[in-house]
Amino acid sequence: MVQMCGCVGWLAGLPLGSTAAGATLPAAPTPSMFDPVGEPAAVILDITWLLIGICGAIGLIMLCLIGFAVLRCRRKEGDHREPAQVYGSNPIELAWTVVPLMIVFVLFMVSARGIFDLEKTSPPEGSLEVTVTGHRWWWEFDYEGLGIVTAGELHVPIDDDGPADLYLTLKSADVAHSFWVPQFGGKMDVIPDRVNHLWLQVDRPGVFVGQCAEYCGNQHANMLITVIVEPRAEFDAWVAAQQREAVEDPAVAAGKRLFLRTSCINCHTVRGTVANGTFAPDLTHLMSRSTIGSGVVPNTPENLREWVWDPQLVKPGCEMPSMKLSRDEVDLVCSWLETLK
Amino acid sequence: MSVLQKPAGPPAATGPVPFLSRMHEWVTTVDHKKLGTMYVTCGIVYLIIAGLEATMMRWQLAWPGQEVLSPEEFNRLFTMHGTTMVFFVGMPILLGAANVLIPLMIGARDLAFPRLNAFGFWLFFFGSLLLYFSYFGGQGLYGMGSAPDVGWFAYAPLTERTFSRGHSTDYWILGIFVAGIGSTATGINFIATILGMRCKGMTLMKMPLLAWIMLIDSVLIVVALPPLAAGQIMLLFDRLLGAHFFDAQAGGSALLWQNIFWFFGHPEVYILILPGFAFVTEIIPVFSRKVIFGYPLMVAATVAIGFISVGVWAHHMFAVGLSPMLNAIFMGSTMLVGVPTGIKMFNWVATMIGGKIRFETPMLYSTGFLCQFLLGGLTGIFLATVPFDWQVSDSYFVVGHFHYVLFGGLVFAIFAAVYYWFPKVTGRLLNERLGKWQFWLLLIGFNLTFGPMHVSGMLGMPRRIYTYHLDRGWEFWNLLSSIGVIIQLVGFSLFAWNVLHSLFKGRIAGDDPWDAWTLEWSTTSPPPAHNFDEDPVVHSRRPLWDLKHPDDPDWKYE
Amino acid sequence: MTTAPAMLAPPEAVPQDRMSNGKIGVTCMIISEIAFFGTIIAAYLFYIGRDINGPYPQDVLEVSVAPLKVLFNSIFLLISSVWIWLAIRSMRAGRMGAFIFWWALTVICGAVFLVGTGFEWYGMIVDDGVWMGTNLFGTCFYTLVGFHAFHVTMGLIVLTLILVLALLGHVSPRNIEKVDLVSWYWHFVDGIWIVVFFVVYVFGNQPIQ
Ligand code: HEA
Ligand code: HEA
Ligand code: HEC
Ligand code: CUA
Ligand SMILES: [Cu+2]
Repeated sequence: MVQMCGCVGWLAGLPLGSTAAGATLPAAPTPSMFDPVGEPAAVILDITWLLIGICGAIGLIMLCLIGFAVLRCRRKEGDHREPAQVYGSNPIELAWTVVPLMIVFVLFMVSARGIFDLEKTSPPEGSLEVTVTGHRWWWEFDYEGLGIVTAGELHVPIDDDGPADLYLTLKSADVAHSFWVPQFGGKMDVIPDRVNHLWLQVDRPGVFVGQCAEYCGNQHANMLITVIVEPRAEFDAWVAAQQREAVEDPAVAAGKRLFLRTSCINCHTVRGTVANGTFAPDLTHLMSRSTIGSGVVPNTPENLREWVWDPQLVKPGCEMPSMKLSRDEVDLVCSWLETLK
Repeated sequence: MSVLQKPAGPPAATGPVPFLSRMHEWVTTVDHKKLGTMYVTCGIVYLIIAGLEATMMRWQLAWPGQEVLSPEEFNRLFTMHGTTMVFFVGMPILLGAANVLIPLMIGARDLAFPRLNAFGFWLFFFGSLLLYFSYFGGQGLYGMGSAPDVGWFAYAPLTERTFSRGHSTDYWILGIFVAGIGSTATGINFIATILGMRCKGMTLMKMPLLAWIMLIDSVLIVVALPPLAAGQIMLLFDRLLGAHFFDAQAGGSALLWQNIFWFFGHPEVYILILPGFAFVTEIIPVFSRKVIFGYPLMVAATVAIGFISVGVWAHHMFAVGLSPMLNAIFMGSTMLVGVPTGIKMFNWVATMIGGKIRFETPMLYSTGFLCQFLLGGLTGIFLATVPFDWQVSDSYFVVGHFHYVLFGGLVFAIFAAVYYWFPKVTGRLLNERLGKWQFWLLLIGFNLTFGPMHVSGMLGMPRRIYTYHLDRGWEFWNLLSSIGVIIQLVGFSLFAWNVLHSLFKGRIAGDDPWDAWTLEWSTTSPPPAHNFDEDPVVHSRRPLWDLKHPDDPDWKYE
Repeated sequence: MTTAPAMLAPPEAVPQDRMSNGKIGVTCMIISEIAFFGTIIAAYLFYIGRDINGPYPQDVLEVSVAPLKVLFNSIFLLISSVWIWLAIRSMRAGRMGAFIFWWALTVICGAVFLVGTGFEWYGMIVDDGVWMGTNLFGTCFYTLVGFHAFHVTMGLIVLTLILVLALLGHVSPRNIEKVDLVSWYWHFVDGIWIVVFFVVYVFGNQPIQ
């Protein structure tokens, strides 16, 4: 109930309806499961249509029957005789036991095939393998083959010759999370004492969003996922850039020194420096990301300063404390962070 | 003449009883009707509390980026809303209704163990207070106190000490644990009553269906609640004694908690809905003026639901990465529940067809129940289909599903029951006109709130998020949901007013206002402390029908 | 209302042969207890062999010696089932003296079992340093065995109460049903111990592969 007035403001300004958050994020379509971009999601959508057909028909029939009873079987005014008492009928009752059984059987067979098709225990030929670790409340993406670790944003290459496979290995660093990008396929939970796998596919370039789907505490709502599907050439360039160590720019050496003197290094890694914490996102190529804080705000200079000044203002409750730097120090550190292309 | 003698009625009041001695009487009572009334009253109070909690959540979610609530407050609200609705609304109302009705319907004087019954009520009562006390004592010494914020299924390891400091989670554990012991005791009580205290002539197959369904329900209570208690004790040991059951760092397993919880949790939702089934099974025949269609199959379906429902729990865990084989098995068993449930649906509709239906409020709510439970059940079949569930598990689609079964099903059935049996318990009828207004407002408000949730879920909106970004395209559907709540609020307020008003000013009901057929309508309204002056004797499933139609009694056909 | 025509005379209403409320109640209570223990036992089985640090059951439960100690202990508990059965039989036959004798023997055997458990725990806590928080084995062991011991204690309290009442002459063969129900509970506690014994000291105590 902190800011009741926030809502009053909203009531007054309803037609404007814009809050700052999200305004300049890369344009991404609504993460709708009806707009699949790969085979797993498409298979699921097919099953969904089948379900809608069958269950819709059952629902319609039942509603018609109920409607018939409601409209046609009312007591007439002044009619006080009791209707004929029907105690039951074996053939009819048998029919409505057996027919649903058969429907259930058909549904079961179709969906069981879906399960066995979609749940792959080993990566398909030529797929990109990424280890995804859920942290409270951000995602770590580890491209093991390529030696890249990044946070919040997943880059996936796509060639001209068809859809690209993606095979994720899912782990958790603390509590249970769930990885969900609806347009790619179903979700998979990320559980501390388990290693899960998820097969996904993409068939067109673009920016796609999803988010953590298992309640994991305070900032569960802001544990967002952005996936950038890009042509192979762009992806390769991104990989090459990511593989380099942190940029060394003498102009901002003071900022770097300050960063290294502060306890930032206990949590963050910047490759090429002594900062090697693993509790928090790798900052080596911070500037290559379009958002910070796992997608809460766009990665702009103001937002970055706001974040380093006090992350709790940007993402209240997140696991990074305010480092109590002065405004000048924040500027100093951020001017260095901004060189981490 | 008949065996069904009316008692002389409650003794004439001799002057007003002082307030304190009246309270004393309620507090020390072991009478099943009083305890039942207390259960239901508490349940309805909690329904309003939890409903207001939900209203605040909808306010926060009405538009992206709202700041009505902080994340912590929101997380506490949905935890308390869900926990309260399941344990302190659903459970007490069904236990209370069964408390009032079972002895009256089977012609007994009271439950088998009246004092155990009172014990069960007070455990529930203090358990619920313990949970709500967390708002003051939750954080222990760390400040103002706070309610638990771990969700109603409290997934480990989020509930471990590392991630949930303070004592709010301990309050969640203890509150539910205490209330759970009370419910188990009451379940045992019901079983003993139904098996051991039926009146003369009432064989098992001549029991009213409500008694049958409550028997199965009680069996579920007895087998499903103790595992939850065991799980909670393990969690408590983890939190207070440093044990490692669910502590992943020391080899403990998050999945073990999920298995234990859902082994309880799924039967629990059937424990909640079965009494709803029981209410409409009693109400639909009376207002259709027809005997229930296919009594033996109804009994068989109830037993089947009871059996199957203990073998489906992993459908809440389709997304945790079970093997394809396990997923398929649990998908099959889950879909199978649709068959006996469908049998019930069909039998209700068959009872209505060919009848001469009177649409008084109880029947209105029952019809609403039929339509909405149908939709909720069908979305349940959607969810049971594993590949589809991988998409929408833990999304607003699930929230839509369970509100259709819990609100559209259970709560509508509860309203049907309240309107139907209120006259028996209080001697006065509720106002029909207000009741119909309330029905239509709730029907519209309900569908407006929870229908759009299916859409936002399929558009990728996860549940339990306190806010979302504008660019996700969910704002329209959420706004609809929130507007629906306003309509519901009006409906609920009408109900509150109706109850308070009718309690004192309502029309006098008489013994049998609905021209019904089961034993409870043969005694006075309200019934005397000993229920029946003479032990009833029955010859069929509808003893009052036999009495009203001596030329065409039921027992000729059974 | 007029009397119904003779041809419509209802069939004879059979009085319901009432099952005893107490028996149904206690049976249901035992079922719920089984569900409770079943869950804890399932957790125990699930965690066997998953410890990531010692001491392991094999180190503590001492493969060669302890089973004998525990077996010795268990025999006291198990045999008490026989004593209580004899006590009930005597009571049925109206021999209150014999009842008191067998009943007292039951109490003694139960108490010996508890004391034995106490010694075992003492050894484990003080000598081996295993407690709830040590590892998964400790967690599961103390929870399962502890809850069983708790049930034995509750049973002993009730048994002792009845013994005292009997000694004071307040228990007569008329109370057979209630006393019998207490014996059901005691049999249940014994039965569970057989399962616990196999889970903890046999399955849970295999040498590490
Ligand atoms: C009253 C409570 C209630 C009831 C009765 C049901 C009934 C059913 N539920 Fe629901 N469910 C919940 C309460 C309930 N549920 C709750 C609270 C949750 C969420 C818990 C949480 O995560 O917080 C949940 C979640 C839930 C999930 C997990 C979703 C997820 O988290 O991923 C699933 C998956 O299978 C499911 C399935 C079903 C099915 C198949 C039924 C079936 O029993 C429905 C049967 C009924 C019908 C099918 C309609 C009538 C039948 C016919 C007309 C016959 C013909 C039909 C066919 C042949 C198909 N439910
Ligand atoms: C019986 C069960 C039940 C019922 C009836 C309801 C009723 C409602 N629920 Fe419920 N809900 C659950 C059970 C139930 N819920 C469960 C189990 C969860 C999961 C929790 C979790 O995730 O852990 C959940 C979660 C849940 C969420 C998801 C939260 C999230 O995931 O972030 C939402 C969101 O909109 C919601 C909304 C509502 C609304 C708007 C109502 C409305 O229908 C409420 C309407 C009631 C009122 C509006 C109150 C009226 C009050 C008055 C009239 C006061 C006047 C009184 C006097 C003057 C005396 N609920
Ligand atoms: C206690 C550990 C901790 C310390 C110390 C810490 N951070 Fe962080 N930082 C985090 C965590 C955790 C996140 C991720 C928050 C989230 O998204 O929920 C984060 C996120 C960030 C981000 C955004 C990264 C991204 O990709 O989203 C920046 C930039 C950042 N920190 C800079 C700093 C700077 C500069 C300092 C020192 C002045 C610092 N951090 C100190 C834990 C820490
Ligand atoms: Cu991570 Cu929710
Ligand atoms: Cu379920």
